[in-house]
Amino acid sequence: MYENAYVDPKQKVSSLTEGEDPVKLAEFEERIQRGEKIEPKDWMPKAYRKQLIRMIEQHAHSEIIGALPEGTWITRAPGFRRKLALMAKVQDEVGHGQLLYSAAETLGKTREDMINDLISGKSKYSNVFNYPAMTWGDTAIIAWLIDAGAIINQVTNSKGSYGPYCRALERICSEESFHLKYGHDNVVFLATGTPAQRELVQDALNRWWTPIMHFHGPPDKVSQHTEILMKWKVKLATNDEMRRKFLDEYVPKIWDLGLSIPDPNLKKNEQTGQWEYTEPDWDEFKRVINGDGPCNKERLQVRRWAEERGAWVRRALQKAEQKYTVPLA
Amino acid sequence: MKSIDPRVNRMDLPSNEDGKEILEEQENWETYEVFHQKKRGEQHIHVGIVHAASPEMALIMAKEAFGRRRQTANLWVIKSAAVTASDYEDQDVFETTPEKTYREASDYYCMDRIRKYQQEHGIKDRKEERRNVQKANKEVKK
Repeated sequence: MYENAYVDPKQKVSSLTEGEDPVKLAEFEERIQRGEKIEPKDWMPKAYRKQLIRMIEQHAHSEIIGALPEGTWITRAPGFRRKLALMAKVQDEVGHGQLLYSAAETLGKTREDMINDLISGKSKYSNVFNYPAMTWGDTAIIAWLIDAGAIINQVTNSKGSYGPYCRALERICSEESFHLKYGHDNVVFLATGTPAQRELVQDALNRWWTPIMHFHGPPDKVSQHTEILMKWKVKLATNDEMRRKFLDEYVPKIWDLGLSIPDPNLKKNEQTGQWEYTEPDWDEFKRVINGDGPCNKERLQVRRWAEERGAWVRRALQKAEQKYTVPLA
Repeated sequence: MKSIDPRVNRMDLPSNEDGKEILEEQENWETYEVFHQKKRGEQHIHVGIVHAASPEMALIMAKEAFGRRRQTANLWVIKSAAVTASDYEDQDVFETTPEKTYREASDYYCMDRIRKYQQEHGIKDRKEERRNVQKANKEVKK
């Protein structure tokens, strides 16, 4: 999940607005209704702030952790141009992490707290990055299809109500379009190449299909909770809606290349216009997101290693008179 | 599983078991607002923020974050703390601005009065004279 809003259904619906000033709440909702953006210093319900911090922070972590499986392949990328392109992509992802951390900071959580919560395992990040990029084929599939899923999520969320998040997402989406083209180019190159190259990319697709289907998160029903989040434009589409959009756009493109998708039930129902598919293993999703995936431990260890190694530099540069200010926008 | 990244395998990775926090408060220094100018002659526009320990470092971070992809002529960085902003709560003070049409050029039209005066006093309309001349010239050409 590149973070869609989520409220535990066990939580009382009234808890989302409990204790809020009804007049201010009405003004806030009217503003959103009119299509205006909410800015950092505006009044907002506590539950709105909490949801957004959680969403934007986890999105930021996903960008940073997402750079790890691909970064691994920079030294082994075939050819100079691909090395340059992959380096640029990885740098973009880290840059997106920075933009998103800043957006979350405007809501009052410090960057140090966010990084600590990532390293200690308190905050989550996109589950797909707990899987390894086994071959060069995997990097091609990640750059094309994981980024495609991310773009669908990000374009959707960029229509949200919180100004700083929307602005960050717009910039991110325009940069991601290069990632998508780069990934597609790599997949096409392999799929139209030698039998060994085709096998490489088909293997990667088979390996990544489950994580790709997991990407937008488990099916969520429209409950009273989600209705409030949708009214506040924190949530703009259900997980299934985004997954269907992804399938609609990308399955035909995968089939165009003569590649097969490891789901015999995957087809578009011509009558309903909806995609039908086998539900991916959601138990696996839960297991992995709770720490038991092939790479969870390594990802966090590498992140912790980097922070520990950098600590003396960061502390040496600190000045006694420095004072943290919440960024403006 | 053992990492497939040889570089990771060479690292002396710390144990993650204790879930301990690492960063201390303010370890990521201060925040700077970044302003980006695309071309010489254009305005600097606010594009976001960076964390840095000094203005010089903020410029380097801004160059990586906001100058690596798009055309850039110049960057400014300003400590967030140095910015004084108006309050959105007071946004209503600007509400009457669009009503102040007397500030707009389009709100001033006096041709009707001029024409009326010219007709009453037998003054020829310059523009109409010119149009007549042009018309006559065209007919001569034909």
